[in-house]
Amino acid sequence: MTVTQVVPHPRRFAGMSGRAAVIAVAVVAAAAALPLCLSHYQVGLATEILIFGVLAMSIDILAGFAGRTSLGHGAIFGVSSYVVVYATAQAGLPPAAAFALGMTAAMLLAVIFGLLAVRTSGVYFLLLTLALGMIVWGICLRWTQVTGGENGMRGDVRPAWLVTHSAFYWAVLAVTAIVSYAMWRFVRSPFGLTLRGIRDSESRMRSLGYNVSVHLFIGFTVSGFFAGVAGALYAMFNNFVSPSSVALAQSVEGVLMMIVGGVGTLFGGFVGAAAIIALENVVSAYTERWQTVLGVTFILIMIFAPEGIIGKLRAIRTPEVR
Amino acid sequence: MNIFQLFNGLTFAALLFVVASGFTLIFGLLRIVNLAHGALYLFGGYIGFTVATRTGSFVLGGMGSMVAIAAIGFALDQGLLRFVRGHELRQVLLTLGFAFVLNDLALVIWGGDSFTVPVPQVLRGGLRVFGVFYPTYRLFVLVTGLAVFAALWLLLNHTRLGALIRAGVDDAEMVEASGVNIRRVFLVTFLLGSALAGLGGLMGGAFLSLYPSADAEILVFSLAVVIIGGRGSLVGVGVGSLLVGLLNTIGQVMFPELAYFVVFGPMAVLLAFRPLGLFGRPA
Repeated sequence: MTVTQVVPHPRRFAGMSGRAAVIAVAVVAAAAALPLCLSHYQVGLATEILIFGVLAMSIDILAGFAGRTSLGHGAIFGVSSYVVVYATAQAGLPPAAAFALGMTAAMLLAVIFGLLAVRTSGVYFLLLTLALGMIVWGICLRWTQVTGGENGMRGDVRPAWLVTHSAFYWAVLAVTAIVSYAMWRFVRSPFGLTLRGIRDSESRMRSLGYNVSVHLFIGFTVSGFFAGVAGALYAMFNNFVSPSSVALAQSVEGVLMMIVGGVGTLFGGFVGAAAIIALENVVSAYTERWQTVLGVTFILIMIFAPEGIIGKLRAIRTPEVR
Repeated sequence: MNIFQLFNGLTFAALLFVVASGFTLIFGLLRIVNLAHGALYLFGGYIGFTVATRTGSFVLGGMGSMVAIAAIGFALDQGLLRFVRGHELRQVLLTLGFAFVLNDLALVIWGGDSFTVPVPQVLRGGLRVFGVFYPTYRLFVLVTGLAVFAALWLLLNHTRLGALIRAGVDDAEMVEASGVNIRRVFLVTFLLGSALAGLGGLMGGAFLSLYPSADAEILVFSLAVVIIGGRGSLVGVGVGSLLVGLLNTIGQVMFPELAYFVVFGPMAVLLAFRPLGLFGRPA
């Protein structure tokens, strides 16, 4: 069911997103069979890849389609996690209500971020979202009565029927497929095309009569909503949240996954998430220097493949494109 | 806020000025947002700490950290950033990756413990100023901040290099077209900016102490200073440092849990309505 939702569409659209959609389908199809042949630990990794894929895609909505790279999405993601854990563990709400509350909180935060950030572009957008994310991190760290400070919060967030690894994995896969489809439709919509127009030439869109700020604001809010979905899923995945969930490193990993997958490819987010999480696990088996490996990966990608893995492959196969 | 807290704010502002002036020089002239600046600060602090404890000389520690950080800055600029010139976003993200590596390296070399750079005998103890007994070392930081401001002001306004840097901030292509090797000016500026981060690390390391996440904290404060003050403006950094230093003190005294918000709330609002900062000019 979840697979067929994505399949019918890519054939209608030639070009890059069709290709990305094919890859996404391949990932979904492979993912659907995974719990049958993987260990619990590996199923957990696959769940994590799906969740972070959604985060990377939400960042890509802005970076790839509106030309604004956000370093604040980790904070939106993390706030959603915080709200979900707080709502279930402290306020005693049922998981579904907590989930909805988490997404709402993320979207509200995105509204605030968006109101401030849409006036800027380029490096300043990056700096502002970075700073806004740091405020959230600072508050989560210091507001000890509510957030638990550095120790974070623990809570049994998952409903009973999702406690096993496989069941939870399937649930995440279903949600992921739905939101991926939604995001894909969003960037393909006339609204998404307008965002692309803004990316390519803000002044032209303005002179054509489009309200650039409002479009960017809505784009930011929608993107934040999807980051919130990922954050709420992550809260259920971990049953735990701490300031590191909202830290800069979270935003940075999201951006890196998005870039590794390919800016503007949308579904590349899953490729990026898989690559980074796989790398993290392989590296962690041999060394404790994950930070160094992450940094070096970042540097190498920026120098040699800023268009990401999918972009690089495409550039090799069809040199005339871009 | 009493005199003591005012002094705390001012001395923190002085430290911020030293660190952020290096950041803004690089941002203003080279258009590079060097997110490794905080890591350079921390690394400089650690190197200064090691040299100062080994040799017993605070001055040698300062020189050591400045030279070492300038060298690391040279490696970053010539070894890595040269491949992504002209791509703002790629530069920013590359420096972020570099910061990750540098921090991890610092963790390997110096471990996760907190260090405090030993202060020379003359600067220990306290002095009575304006009716309060205040630590001598923090007054020294204040004086050093003012001295760095004066030195940078003289450099920028009364030397040929300063004129080239100012001209480069306004229009680098035009400077190059008039026969100046702007690349060399860029490199000198990058080294100078890095050295200032190193100096800041040593100074801050003696009263804020050095620990693995100190780099992110100082980086975010520097970002706030530069965002408030505006890209490439020395006066802007001065004003921004004062604002951030004082706001931070007020925040810590009056709203300890929301101290971050007191600093960054105004900054976010300012950036939203004056995207180039108080003293920034369009590129």
